[in-house]
Amino acid sequence: MLGYYLNLALRSLRRNPALTALMIIAIGVGIGASMTTLTVFRAMAADPIADHATQFFAPQIDAWGLGPNGPNPDHLSGLLTYIDATALMRARAGERQTALYKTKFAVRPPQSQLPPLRAGARAAYADFFRMFDVPFRYGGPWSSADDQEHVPVVVLSHELNDRLFGGANSVGRVLRLDEREFRIVGVLAHWDPVPRYYDPQDAFGGTPEDVFLPFTAAIDLHKHSSEGGPCVALTPPGWDGLLRSDCTWLQFWVELPTRTDVARYRAYLTDYAAEQQRIGRFHWPPHVQLRNVRQWLVYQHVVSNESRILVLVSFSFLLVCLLNAMGLMLARIMRRAGEIGVRRALGAGRAVVFAQCLIEAAVIGVAGALLGLALTALGLAALRALLGSDMRVLSHMDPADMLMTVAVAIVATILAGLYPTWRATRVQPAWQLKAQ
Amino acid sequence: MPVHPILSAMRHNKVGAALIGLQIAVTLAILCNALFIIQQRLAQLGRPSGTDEANLFAIANDWIGTGDHRPGVINDVAALRAMPGVAGAYVTNTYPLSNRGGGSALWIQPPVDGTRLPAADTAVYYGGEQMLQTLGLRLIDGRNFSATDIVNSTDDSQPVPDGLIITQALALKLFPDGPAVGRGIYIMGWTRTVPVIGVVGRLQGPFVSGGGDLGGANVDNSVLMPYRDVGDEAYYVVRARPGQLAAVMKAAPQRLLQLDPERLIEKLQSFSAARAAVYHDDRGLALILAIVCAVLLVVMACGIVGLTSYWVSQRRRQIGIRRALGATRPGIVRHFQTENLLIVAAGSIVGVAMGLAANLWMMSSSALARLPIVYPIVGVIALLILGQLAVLWPALRAASVPPAEASRTV
Repeated sequence: MLGYYLNLALRSLRRNPALTALMIIAIGVGIGASMTTLTVFRAMAADPIADHATQFFAPQIDAWGLGPNGPNPDHLSGLLTYIDATALMRARAGERQTALYKTKFAVRPPQSQLPPLRAGARAAYADFFRMFDVPFRYGGPWSSADDQEHVPVVVLSHELNDRLFGGANSVGRVLRLDEREFRIVGVLAHWDPVPRYYDPQDAFGGTPEDVFLPFTAAIDLHKHSSEGGPCVALTPPGWDGLLRSDCTWLQFWVELPTRTDVARYRAYLTDYAAEQQRIGRFHWPPHVQLRNVRQWLVYQHVVSNESRILVLVSFSFLLVCLLNAMGLMLARIMRRAGEIGVRRALGAGRAVVFAQCLIEAAVIGVAGALLGLALTALGLAALRALLGSDMRVLSHMDPADMLMTVAVAIVATILAGLYPTWRATRVQPAWQLKAQ
Repeated sequence: MPVHPILSAMRHNKVGAALIGLQIAVTLAILCNALFIIQQRLAQLGRPSGTDEANLFAIANDWIGTGDHRPGVINDVAALRAMPGVAGAYVTNTYPLSNRGGGSALWIQPPVDGTRLPAADTAVYYGGEQMLQTLGLRLIDGRNFSATDIVNSTDDSQPVPDGLIITQALALKLFPDGPAVGRGIYIMGWTRTVPVIGVVGRLQGPFVSGGGDLGGANVDNSVLMPYRDVGDEAYYVVRARPGQLAAVMKAAPQRLLQLDPERLIEKLQSFSAARAAVYHDDRGLALILAIVCAVLLVVMACGIVGLTSYWVSQRRRQIGIRRALGATRPGIVRHFQTENLLIVAAGSIVGVAMGLAANLWMMSSSALARLPIVYPIVGVIALLILGQLAVLWPALRAASVPPAEASRTV
C-alpha cells in the first residue's frame, strides 16, 4: 500500500516539475539557513561538561562599593582581588576550588640552540585538573602539598610536549620557563574544550594553554595576568601593591555538588563580605553572587550578538520558507480536487486520501532535507570563511546534527502539509464530479 | 478599479491570501532590520582612525623575564628611528584598530567613592613626544609632550604624569563651555587631577568594532599619556616613509633581534591589516545578511508567482466569463495587480509591527539602536514593487485567456 502511495506521489509530483522544484528549493533553503546558524549557536552556547555545568560556580564579591556605577548588569566585577581569592582558597568552603589566571612564559627548548618560544600558561591549584576532568597522557597533576609549598612544577600540554620532546614521556625532566627551572610532573592528552568554559573572559579566542603551574609558584615569580587591563594607582607601587589592592584580576571556580552545598557557600560568601565590612575593608553591606558555568557563560556574553541576530533571522527565514511551501502545497492539492473527487467516488475513504497527501508532503520533505543538508554544509563553509576569527568550533557538522536536519525538514513539511491535506479530505466527491 | 470583486474573489482563497500576506509580513520584518544592521556595520567600516594608516605598522615585543626593561626600550626606539625609511617610532601599550588595550573612566569633579557617575569612558594610549608625529595626528590646541614630560611605566607602576593630551571629541564632551587646555581631569583612579596640556584632532580608540564602554559612541574618546612603556610586553609603532612600508616591516624585527635576542617578536601587523582584521566580523555579518535578504526576496517572489499562477488556472472559467462580458485584457491584469497590492499592503502593516517588535527585542538584548522609520518605508516600497513584478507574468497569462473559455465545459 505504502509503495503504491509513493508511486502515486512521485507521479503527481512529476506532473508539475516547476512547482515541485519550487517547494523543494523553498524547504531546502530554509532548512539550510536555519541549521547553519543553529549549528553555530549551539557550538557557542554548548558546555562540554554538561554533566557538571550546574556544579561549578564562580563567586563574585563586590570589592569596590561602586553602587550603580559598577560594571556588568549587577554592578559586580567578573573577577576577584588577590585578597579575596586567597581568602576563599584558605577557607576551602566548597568540595573543591581553585583560583586561577592566565599568564605567559618564554619556554627555553631543551635543545639550547633553538630560539625560546612563547607559551600561554595557566596558574591554578591542584584541584583544577580533577574538577574539569583534564585527561593526562603521562604523570598526573601536582599535589596540594606542592600548592602549599609553592613548588616550581609544571604540567605540559600534549602539543608542547610533542614540540619539545617529540612526544616522549618527559615526566621528571626539567624545563626552563623564563629564567626559572621547573620540574615536569605531567603531560596532558589532547585537551581543547570549546568553549573554554573555565575562562569566560576568553572562551573562544586563540588556543588552549601550553603550560599549567601552581598558582602560588606563579605569584612568587610576579607573573602578571595576561587578560584584562593593567591595575593602576597601586599603593605601594609594584607587586606587593597589586596583591594588596582592590584591583580584580583573578578567576575562581568552586565545585558544589548539591543544593545544600550551594546554599551553604552563598551564606559563607555573605558572611565573608560582612566580616570584611566589620574589619573596615569594605564600607558597604555584603554584595555577592554565585553563578554556575551555564549562567556564567550567559552573564559574560560569551555567545556573541552576531550569532544571536543570525539565529533570529534564519528562523524567521525558515518560517517564510515553510509558509511558502504550504501555500504551494495548498495550490497543488486544490488543483487536484477533481482527481481526489474521483478517488473518493471510487471508494477511497478520507483516511486514505489523507495518508496519500501526507506521503506526498513527506516526499517533498525528504528531498528538501537533502537539499537543506547540502546547503548547510555550504553555509558552514561560507561562515567559516566570513566570520573566521573565533569560529574554529565549526570545523564539522556532526551526524546527530545531520539526522536532526533531516528530521526537522520532514516534520516541518508534514506540518506545513497538514492544512492542505485536511482541505483535500473535505472535497465532496459529488460536487467535483458534477463540476466536470 | 472596483475593489469589491477582488475582495469577493479573495474570500474564496482566504488561506492562500493569508499565507502570502504572512510571508510578506515576516519578510518585511527581517528585511528592514537586516538592512538597518547592514547599514550600521558598513557605516562603521568607513570611519577613519585618524592616523596615517597606509604607512604605519606595529611590532609586538615581548621581553623574556619580568621587570623594568628601560635600557632595552630606549635602545630599541633609537635604533628603529635610525633605520633607513623610518619617519617615526615610539613605544606604547596599544595602537589604533588593534582591538586590544585598556581604558579608564574619567571625572571632572572628584569621584567621591563611586557615587558620582563618570563624565566619560576613554581609551588610553601611552607614548612619548614622537607619538603625534608618528601617527600623523594634528595638534589643535595646547602643546605636544616634551622630553621632560615622559615618565616610565611598568606592569605594576604607573606614576601620575604632569599632563596629558586628549582628543577633540573628548574635549567637547568634557568641557563644552570652553577650551580644555589647562583644565584638570580625574583618570585611572588617581585621587588628584591631571591637567590637559594639549588637544589633538580625531584619534579612535583601539576598540572600533562593536559596543562596550570604549566602542560605540565612545570610540573617538582617547587620552594620550606621556608614558614610556618599559613593562614586559609593549608595542613599537613605526611609521615608514611613503612606499617603504614593506621593506621597513621586513627589516625592523631583524634589527631588534640583533640588538637583543632575549625577546620574542610576537606579532608584526600593518595598520591596514589591523583594519581588515578588526572589521572582519562586521563585514562578514553584513555580507551574510545581504545574501539572506536577497534569497528571501527571491523565495517570496517565487511564492507569489506560484500561488497566483494557481489562482489564474483555477479561475480560467470566471476570467473567460468576465472577458465575454466585456472586460478588457488590461482590466484583467489590473485585477490581479490590485489583488496583489491589497495582500502586500495588508501584510506590510503586520510586517512593520513585527519588524519594530524584533528591533525592540534586539535593543534589549544587544546594543542595537532604534530602527529609523525610513527602513520600514523602504522595505514596504521594495516589497510592493517586487510583488507587482512577481504577479505580472501570471496576470498576463490570465489576460490571455480567451472569452471563448466561458463556453467550454472543462
